[in-house]
Amino acid sequence: MSAIASDLPHSHFPARWAVTLALLAIAYVGVPLLGSSYLFEAILLPFLALSLAGVGLNILTGYAGQVSLGSAAFMAVGAFAAYNFNLRVDGLPLIASIVLAGFAAAAIGLVFGLPSLRLKGFYLAVSTLAAQFFVQWALTKFSWFSNDSASGVIDAPALSVAGFVFEGPVGRYYFALNVVAALTFLSYRLVNSQTGRNFIAVRDNETAARIIGVQVLKTKLLAFAVSSFIMGIAGVLWAFAYLRTVEPAGFNLDRSFQILFIVIIGGLASIRGAFFGAALIVVFPLLLSRLGSFLLGDVFDSGVLDMTQRIVLGVLIILFLILEPDGLVALWHRVRKRIGTALRRSRSQ
Amino acid sequence: MHAMTFAFGGLGSAPFPPDVQEHLVGLDRSSRADETPSSDAATNENSVLDLVGVRLSFGGVVALSDIDLSVGRGEILAIIGPNGAGKSSIINVISGVYRPDRGRVRLSGRDHTQVPTQALARHGVARTFQNLALFRGLSVLDNVVAGRAYRTRSSFIGQIAGSGQARAEQVDARDRAARVLGFLHLSHVGDRLAGTLPYGLQKRVELARALVAEPKILLLDEPMAGMTATEKNEMADFVRAARDTLGTTVVLIEHDIGVVMGLSDRVVVLDYGRKIADGTPDEVQANQRVIDAYLGVAPENDDGEGI
Ligand SMILES: Nc1ncnc2c1ncn2[C@@H]1O[C@H](COP(=O)(O)OP(=O)(O)OP(=O)(O)O)[C@@H](O)[C@H]1O
Ligand SMILES: [Mg+2]
Repeated sequence: MSAIASDLPHSHFPARWAVTLALLAIAYVGVPLLGSSYLFEAILLPFLALSLAGVGLNILTGYAGQVSLGSAAFMAVGAFAAYNFNLRVDGLPLIASIVLAGFAAAAIGLVFGLPSLRLKGFYLAVSTLAAQFFVQWALTKFSWFSNDSASGVIDAPALSVAGFVFEGPVGRYYFALNVVAALTFLSYRLVNSQTGRNFIAVRDNETAARIIGVQVLKTKLLAFAVSSFIMGIAGVLWAFAYLRTVEPAGFNLDRSFQILFIVIIGGLASIRGAFFGAALIVVFPLLLSRLGSFLLGDVFDSGVLDMTQRIVLGVLIILFLILEPDGLVALWHRVRKRIGTALRRSRSQ
Repeated sequence: MHAMTFAFGGLGSAPFPPDVQEHLVGLDRSSRADETPSSDAATNENSVLDLVGVRLSFGGVVALSDIDLSVGRGEILAIIGPNGAGKSSIINVISGVYRPDRGRVRLSGRDHTQVPTQALARHGVARTFQNLALFRGLSVLDNVVAGRAYRTRSSFIGQIAGSGQARAEQVDARDRAARVLGFLHLSHVGDRLAGTLPYGLQKRVELARALVAEPKILLLDEPMAGMTATEKNEMADFVRAARDTLGTTVVLIEHDIGVVMGLSDRVVVLDYGRKIADGTPDEVQANQRVIDAYLGVAPENDDGEGI
């Protein structure tokens, strides 16, 4: 087994920030100038929401080592809580609804994190399934959550912050981008703090962590709460900014697995890995369908596409687990190192 | 191996700041339900750690039977014995990893049926493990910094926000960790992931993580297993230096009789969970029961197997 490294322990500071700033500049200025509305609707909005969910799960699974199959449940709690806070509390600003929704998801995450105090690994993963099924059941069963709408599908409120409305694909993209950038920055601060170190300590050796004075139980529950908070807000983005409707069906077990795959493919214990993983998961089916219809024409209908997607994705995950267990992030580091050495060599000649 | 290329110089110089004693005295001793003030007059006045009538079994296997042991302040006590004799079990009982069936552990003036592991570091006890127990995904420096976890008071919110308290704690822990790494000649690997180091260096990082807590009592489970003779000597020097500069009491498990005899003030011999000898290295070496049970049969075990 290779050790799971935390984000880039070796790279030097200015270079790292330069890359981050460049990416932010592209995201805030470049993309809106060039992108089509298809790019925002079909790619960037789901990408942002899933990336944030990946960051949330990575804190729990990648850093703190607690496997969870309940991610979509916490997203659902976030989405429905935000909807209901917004609906039922008069005059509550949208941002406040969203933050409260994060806390609601954190509270549910805390409850379903309690088994982690006794269970590990596979058994814990199975117990988090309870969250998945319970939340979906509750949201479907009690129509109060959906404001008693007959279809169970409800329109998301407008994204207005302090009088400014984020409208249209680009507006919603900016809204999601702001939220994702802010929470990613806070997550980055967290995983590099004493608490982040405690997460990794608990993951790598629980007994040793306890012996040196890490409050193991508190640390695990905190990981569940923080992770669920972030996933809850990712759920809000998914429903409010991407789909524009709030419905339980989209937050099913498939979604939970999808987020787990994002974390595994992107790289465990890496914030940026979640973005790599989400990019792959979002772009890959689109590429596949383009490629399929280009090569096979009409034979490649949606049924075939769906099946091919599942097969190729499954193979991809197995390949990653075997060949690159540290994920796309490790691949990226290696490529960068290669380029670095090549540059240095060409410069010294 | 690069571990051996360092000079022994600087061992005597104090690696810790002068306020060490202050910290040791100021350790927070919150009382717990599981502990009662000791009234056992039989235990040694001068001892910092006592085991009284400790018995431990796993199913049918008796790992420890009626162990009495007291460790004096500033003493280096070695525990030796054949594989499976119960050496690691003693350290696991002292550190609360195992709960004894019977008997008590007296630590910092209190009796425990089971030592509260979570409060161990605050009670001034640090330990290493027979099998490596580093945090593989953290850098060497961060592993050692983690050894200060028991001192952290700042909340995670404060840490994210970069509050003064959180920053001060971080800086302090890093300074101390860097000094301990220097002391143990590990500075050059501070940035490496702990899991990628050779075995001998990992053992030393574990010692660093224990030392950075400035423990009053240091429990070392085969810290020199799998090392070359040179590395063992170096390690022995580190242990001695830690005792001499910090006044740390050391309980040490080691199979290499040569190292044990040179390093320890007192030697306890275990066989099948019983204490069969307890005395100075010379006394133990001359003890016929010890020779029969241990010294004559299995003089050395370098592979470091077992729990
Ligand atoms: N967690 C456990 N579960 C079951 N049996 C155990 C456990 N820990 C120790 N034992 C048993 O208790 C006895 C003493 O084990 P212990 O690890 O204390 O021996 P040791 O003296 O440290 O041996 P070694 O030199 O091999 O490290 C052995 O018979 C061992 O099998
Ligand atoms: Mg042992």
